[in-house]
Amino acid sequence: MSDTSLSSLAAQLAARQVSSRELAQTYLDRIAALNPAINAFITVDAEKTLAEAAAADALRAAGQAGPLTGVPVAHKDIFCTDGWLTTCGSKMLHNFVAPYDAHVIRRFKAAGMPSLGKTNMDEFAMGSSNETSYFGAVKNPWNPACVPGGSSGGAAACVAARMAPAATGTDTGGSIRQPAALCGITGLKPTYGLVSRYGMIAFASSLDQAGPMAPSAEDCALLLNVMTGFDPSDSTSLDREKEDYTRDLNLPLAGLRVGLPREFFAEGLNNEVAAAVDAAVAELKKLGATTVGISLANSKLAIPVYYVLAPAEASSNLSRFDGVRYGYRAPEYANLDDMYCKTRAQGFGAEVKRRILIGAYVLSHGYYDAYYLQAQKIRRLIADDFNAAFKVCDVILGPTAPGTAFRLGEKSGDPVEMYLNDLYTIPANLAGLPGMSLPCGFDSKGLPIGLQLVGNYFSEAKMLNVAHQYQRATDWHMRLPPLGEAPGARG
Amino acid sequence: MKWETVIGLEVHTQLATKSKIFSGSSTAFGAAPNTQASAVDIALPGVLPVLNKGAVECAIRFGLAIGANLNRVNVFDRKNYFYPDLPKGYQISQLAKPIVEGGALKIIVPSTGSGQSEERVIHLTRAHLEEDAGKSLHEDFHGMTGIDLNRAGTPLLEIVSEPEMRSSAEAVAYARALHALVTWIGICDGNMQEGSFRVDANVSVRPVGQTEFGTRREIKNLNSFRFLQQAIDYEVRWQIETLEDGGRVTQATVLFDPDTGETRMMRSKEEAHDYRYFPDPDLLPVRLDEDWIAAVRATLPELPAAMQARFQRDYGVSAYDATVLTGSRALADYFEAAAKACGQGKLAANWVMGELSAALNKAELDIAQSPVSSAQLGALIARIQDGTLSGKLARQVFEGLWEGAGEVDAIIEARGLRQMSDSGELEKIVDDVLAANPKSVEEFRAGKEKAFNALVGQVMKASRGKANPAQVNDLLKAKLQ
Repeated sequence: MSDTSLSSLAAQLAARQVSSRELAQTYLDRIAALNPAINAFITVDAEKTLAEAAAADALRAAGQAGPLTGVPVAHKDIFCTDGWLTTCGSKMLHNFVAPYDAHVIRRFKAAGMPSLGKTNMDEFAMGSSNETSYFGAVKNPWNPACVPGGSSGGAAACVAARMAPAATGTDTGGSIRQPAALCGITGLKPTYGLVSRYGMIAFASSLDQAGPMAPSAEDCALLLNVMTGFDPSDSTSLDREKEDYTRDLNLPLAGLRVGLPREFFAEGLNNEVAAAVDAAVAELKKLGATTVGISLANSKLAIPVYYVLAPAEASSNLSRFDGVRYGYRAPEYANLDDMYCKTRAQGFGAEVKRRILIGAYVLSHGYYDAYYLQAQKIRRLIADDFNAAFKVCDVILGPTAPGTAFRLGEKSGDPVEMYLNDLYTIPANLAGLPGMSLPCGFDSKGLPIGLQLVGNYFSEAKMLNVAHQYQRATDWHMRLPPLGEAPGARG
Repeated sequence: MKWETVIGLEVHTQLATKSKIFSGSSTAFGAAPNTQASAVDIALPGVLPVLNKGAVECAIRFGLAIGANLNRVNVFDRKNYFYPDLPKGYQISQLAKPIVEGGALKIIVPSTGSGQSEERVIHLTRAHLEEDAGKSLHEDFHGMTGIDLNRAGTPLLEIVSEPEMRSSAEAVAYARALHALVTWIGICDGNMQEGSFRVDANVSVRPVGQTEFGTRREIKNLNSFRFLQQAIDYEVRWQIETLEDGGRVTQATVLFDPDTGETRMMRSKEEAHDYRYFPDPDLLPVRLDEDWIAAVRATLPELPAAMQARFQRDYGVSAYDATVLTGSRALADYFEAAAKACGQGKLAANWVMGELSAALNKAELDIAQSPVSSAQLGALIARIQDGTLSGKLARQVFEGLWEGAGEVDAIIEARGLRQMSDSGELEKIVDDVLAANPKSVEEFRAGKEKAFNALVGQVMKASRGKANPAQVNDLLKAKLQ
């Protein structure tokens, strides 16, 4: 496929050069060819996809098409999707067919955008490598021996391999941005509360936020227009006027103040990543931006704070998976307690269990003040650092991850090593700020490098403007992984 | 050794909202199992709670009614534990920042034997909003447990008292006063059989004079005032016996068995859960603004305490009678209408609490279902007051009203129940009675008071009850002098 940008696909559909059904079939063919090696999808259901595409075509024929009607997308398997298996990457939900659509899914359906399937993910979104999925690891399209990042690893990999023009992801501590970086695509985590969490299986409620993943910032802006909006069924959804996130894409960057937090360029950062980020800063300066050194002093505490708060919430959120009403139940048990124990021992993987245990521990009597309350206080300090920083800059820039894609199994034995991958992404979640990752180069092994932008609350349009201007000046986001010519690809 | 009982109550009142506290499902009682359980109620993956403002309003009403502090910012917490009828694996409740704190309730403890009834004030610790769990049905399925989630998510206001009650009678008086209040202000239907008002009693004993509390045991889920009394009485006896036998009371949760009248251990303190409370991140802190509170205050009816004071002042009834008459809003409204209709508050109080209550109890009817309207009772009392009816005749008219035989005056006419008012007619009867009972006249003149009463009885009998007893007295006295 030559130009698979959403605006181009939308134009082709509008010009009737291609039907949604044809487009969907093209992608289904590519999935059939590439997914066995990449394992980006947990569920593909061509019949359902084609039916949705046909409905989109009918909508267009009836003159009721919206801007993206007919453009297919892939959904992370964390979103409940009516009639589809919704597993959250876990054995616990290996047989769960959702009876309702998540708010995000409803919005895509309302926009007439067919689903290409449900993408693979770390179990219950807990992981940074997609190796914790019950349905097997996802391979990085740039090097199948490497991880795609996580937890939205399937989403990132399927977009990188152009098995889908775009995908949805969710980000609790970096789960959109880190896999976007490791797979060489663009991904955005919006301000907390901008996208409804209704129907998105909860990991850590105060941190979870859904967002778009696509090759470019422009694509993300278009998807964000679909995904955002007030939802009365989510009490944390923000009731604010709807924005057009494409409106500022073409503004010049003259006068833009870019904040460079010294903590994000310190020890632990891979040299090649540092060099690529420096080059990106230089590029932005050429576009008229100025830089300012800032400090996010408390961000060094982000990982310990996160690994108190997120497991605390998760330990409670995951209590409903008890084998009573749906999902996995142990085949044999002696009594009620035994049923709970066996069901949860067999249904959850090691990382999920580890976090449930941590969470239960930090909330338990006598430890709550020392861990949970203390972490909440530091969370506030981390947010205060950002608030101070945004007095002197418009957007904060740094690396998305400390390195590029690592090899499968390389870090899976050491949870703390794995957790450090989210060092730069977690602070934005703790503060509820929007963050995005965009490609800014490759390392010597040919693996993509991600550049992170963190903006002030509700500054998505500004961040997308910066990213789009950068992408007009560079072509990192246009590079394709070396997958060879696959069936279904058209010139 | 002399022992003192210490009791504090935790009452779960089911709030009378149409829908559940965090979902739109109906709260109606008695539907087929799981037909009133939505995706939120059964805790499907991904669902989220949305707070029902109606439940918050109920809590505001209650807080205002007991003069409590309303926390302008209050917070929902998660109480984590596993049970099949708790679908999320946690209950949404309020721990650290409840919506209501403080407040007080006046109670009247009925007299025991010949003593005076006693007025007391019981202070409340707090009242917080929470969701109810579902029901586990252990009997209906052989060897299995059924789960009905219709009740899951029903809004509750848990009302916690200070440990200020010193007897089961005080505890019952408090529970009754609370029951009257929550139904009075319309936040709870008060139906105890359906579980709308459930009481947990924390009971301990200590030697009289000791300041620190004894170790308490909590009796769970008492759903009638009688069980509350029985359970506390048994528990107090058991604790005193245990201590006097040299044993120790250990903190525990117990259940009351109405069949045996005994309490039995459910779980010890060691088995108690660590609920791992933390603020629910799915719900924002609840903010109560002054306008909202003022708007709720404007809709509050006159409250029982104010009405009791007014009844004492305006109708001359005793404090105890005023408390009984304000046992429910329907009863109070009935009394006041009857009292206004006849202008005789005290008499109206006696009739409402006496004849009418007895008849209603016998027929197992509620005041709202009374066959005798307040206007009819007022008219009846007016006929006593104007001398048309004696008390005895009035009771016969009341029977007629109860049977639906028509209005007061029509019944009096139809049944010939008018008190004799013609003094000539009565005088003739008196003369006849005196002439026919020379022996009694003799005895009276010899100083036997009893003989006078016999003559009054004869006159009343001869008049077939229609003579005015006071008039008979006067006439007889005059004739015998």
